[in-house]
Amino acid sequence: MLDALLSFYDSYQSTVAYVGINALLALSVYTSLSCGQLALASSGFAAIGAYASALLTLRAGWPFPLVLGVAVLLPAVLALPLGLPVLRLKGVFLAIATIAFGEVIRIGLINWAYVKGAEGLVAIPQKTSVWMIYLLLAAALFVLGRLRGSKWGFALEAIREDEPAAQTMGIPTGQYKLSMLVLGAALAGLAGALEAHFTFMVAPNGFTFRRVVDMLVFAVVGGAQLYWGPVAGAAFLTILPELLRDLAPRVGIEPGPLRLLVNGLLLLLVILFLPSGLVSLPRQVRRFRAARSPE
Amino acid sequence: MIPLLRLEDLHRDFGGLRAVDGAAFSVLPGEVHGLIGPNGAGKTSLLNLVSGLFPPTSGRILLDEQPIHGLAPHRVAALGVARTFQNIRLFPDLSARDNVVVGQHLRRRPSLAARLLMLPGARSEVGSARREAAALLERVGLSERIRVHARHLSYGEQRRVEIARALASAPRLLLLDEPTAGMSLAEVRAVAALIRQVATEGRAVLLVEHNVRLVMEVCDRITVLHFGKVIAQGTPSEVGRDPAVVAAYLGEAR
Amino acid sequence: MGQQIINGLFLGSIYALFALGYTLVFGVLDILNLAHAAVFMLASFFALALSTQLHLPIAGALPLTMVLAGLLGLLLERVAFRPLRGRADSNIAGLISSLAMATVFEAIALEVWGPNIRRFPEGTLPAATVSFRIEIPLVGGSVSLLQLAVISVAMVLVLGLTFLVRRSRLGREVRAVAESPRAAQVLGVNVDRTIAASFFISSALGGAAGILYGLSYNAISPDMGGSVELKGLAVIIVGGMGSMPGAVVAGFALGLIEVFVVAHLGASFRDAVSFAALFLVVVLRPRGLFGAASMREA
Repeated sequence: MLDALLSFYDSYQSTVAYVGINALLALSVYTSLSCGQLALASSGFAAIGAYASALLTLRAGWPFPLVLGVAVLLPAVLALPLGLPVLRLKGVFLAIATIAFGEVIRIGLINWAYVKGAEGLVAIPQKTSVWMIYLLLAAALFVLGRLRGSKWGFALEAIREDEPAAQTMGIPTGQYKLSMLVLGAALAGLAGALEAHFTFMVAPNGFTFRRVVDMLVFAVVGGAQLYWGPVAGAAFLTILPELLRDLAPRVGIEPGPLRLLVNGLLLLLVILFLPSGLVSLPRQVRRFRAARSPE
Repeated sequence: MIPLLRLEDLHRDFGGLRAVDGAAFSVLPGEVHGLIGPNGAGKTSLLNLVSGLFPPTSGRILLDEQPIHGLAPHRVAALGVARTFQNIRLFPDLSARDNVVVGQHLRRRPSLAARLLMLPGARSEVGSARREAAALLERVGLSERIRVHARHLSYGEQRRVEIARALASAPRLLLLDEPTAGMSLAEVRAVAALIRQVATEGRAVLLVEHNVRLVMEVCDRITVLHFGKVIAQGTPSEVGRDPAVVAAYLGEAR
Repeated sequence: MGQQIINGLFLGSIYALFALGYTLVFGVLDILNLAHAAVFMLASFFALALSTQLHLPIAGALPLTMVLAGLLGLLLERVAFRPLRGRADSNIAGLISSLAMATVFEAIALEVWGPNIRRFPEGTLPAATVSFRIEIPLVGGSVSLLQLAVISVAMVLVLGLTFLVRRSRLGREVRAVAESPRAAQVLGVNVDRTIAASFFISSALGGAAGILYGLSYNAISPDMGGSVELKGLAVIIVGGMGSMPGAVVAGFALGLIEVFVVAHLGASFRDAVSFAALFLVVVLRPRGLFGAASMREA
């Protein structure tokens, strides 16, 4: 009985922690999406944050707050030389360039003996706690929330809708897009470090193209128009597999494939019928009802 | 009087096509200056050059005698130049009011720090920005439509929102690219009155238009373009009598 | 060295075939079909099933599987791309919906065949195809019959596609739609049908690449699309998106480079070169080797 309770708490805690981590990762993709840029470099930046923090903890024994600081700043700084050439690119080309960046980082890590290559680093002490994750997430949401309604919030929306027109209103679009990439890199680095110190390990195969696609899916399914959308998406899609695991045997499908199938169908339905994401569902339902009601 | 805007021997090529061919004229502060010419004469290209969308192949553009050619569009805007677009470029998913608020970008004050610290000045600023935007929309006769998303506005309404948005930055020079295309007679009259009002505020207006009558009524001086070249300049009556202008317009159903 | 060239051409022929399908859809719709690799993977499984369950000889299984893959392409087009046409965000939305379909395809493969690596049964191919090698003079190296068969099939398909695009009516319609769907429609082209046909052909080619890859490496699993997916992307970017000669040239080039890199730097650097090349090309010359200078008109 006690064992069952303890194991329940363990898995429960892990899910809650991952909701927070995934929310940060989803936000890291959202920052660029909010100004219309499909920048998918977050897996690379998360890897940099994760590895830098792991090394500082394991090899240099730095205190955790300082380690987190580096995990935030280092990717942010590296986002500058990446962003300058790459943000000139449009649409799918930007996506591809940033995907390539992520892959180059991953392959670099696989080939770097100092960090044990494909094996990765293990035995990282667990310094992340759930409240820490949520405190930092709240801080991130606060910052993003303050942007909205400000001149920068309006400017980012304008850039998303029509970048050249936005420029003629005095908005320095290059600077703003770069700032959002840097902010996204910081969030991704932070999430990487938090995860590394929660799961005891880092390895290159945790930062694949698939991973950043997952982050994109969280943001899109939740809703990329407003800053709480990605959080909702991350929460929903992190908790869903747990629920599906119980459902799987009853439906007669293995849990792994079931999770993938549901993810895929959900993503398809959202992008086709609910492009503003799940958070726009109440609004759409209201609109639907209003259109249907006899006047 | 020192001209606000001065174009000097301006050329712009697109591959083999010479869109602007040695154009030169000036616009005085507070002047309404018309820019007319048959289709393809290079009028929009000229506006694009002035607003910085692309640099000239050769020649100079001077604002208050300071060169602005080759500057990025946001820098040109920061020097006091605002514009509307021939094919209307509103932000479709923003309301009319929010479109105008974007136009206020250069004038909105609170620093990022003030915003993050939630200082009282920063918090109320959004409200006052929106109220000012609403006032501008009232000026163009759209106070009933401020919350409507731009994509749901009629053609004429969209053009008026664009004008309000351009005025939102309190520009010294307003570039209007065919602002009355597709408008009803009443709307055109209202825009004409607005333009004259704007000029009395001390702003200069460079007005590209196909509606020649409007141009004759509203403008202090007119420049006529044909194949990228200036073929006539002067007051409306001078230009109206110029044989080169008449010849250029022959064949255009007016 | 000669052996490496032969191996590089062999690998490159598969990449070229895969990339051709990718670039065909991009040329026509301006959309990246990220489900292409999933079709690649499913086709391999189809071929496996056809030869193990129905005992079809591989020569018969290949064309049949290509048709099945083509049908998958039609499904993709109808479900994931057509509803998005005309939407302002269709590029990003198309990317995402194709991703969704890829996930669904992968889920199906996982459920039906499980996550483990499957192999073609003994005797699917005569043993001679692998063991018998022909010496190539001058180049210095040998090519197995299997490699020769793969390269030949790939070349036949590439030539077939080239002929189709240049000489047939469908090819003309595809090129017209690629240039401007609106203009093509005005000229009487059935745009919907042409796009559907493009998807059919694209997926059939991707499926063929999958079968050849599966036969060559004899290791079929639901995640086999993973590495090819990004490699294929690198090929079409370097070759020029929308350019078919570009896809072929870059496909062979990347195959050759990859073999050389593995031989001289080690297996773990295999993918690094593709991505480094990809990054450089995207930043310095986004249109690639043969791509059009500007994106097409609506």
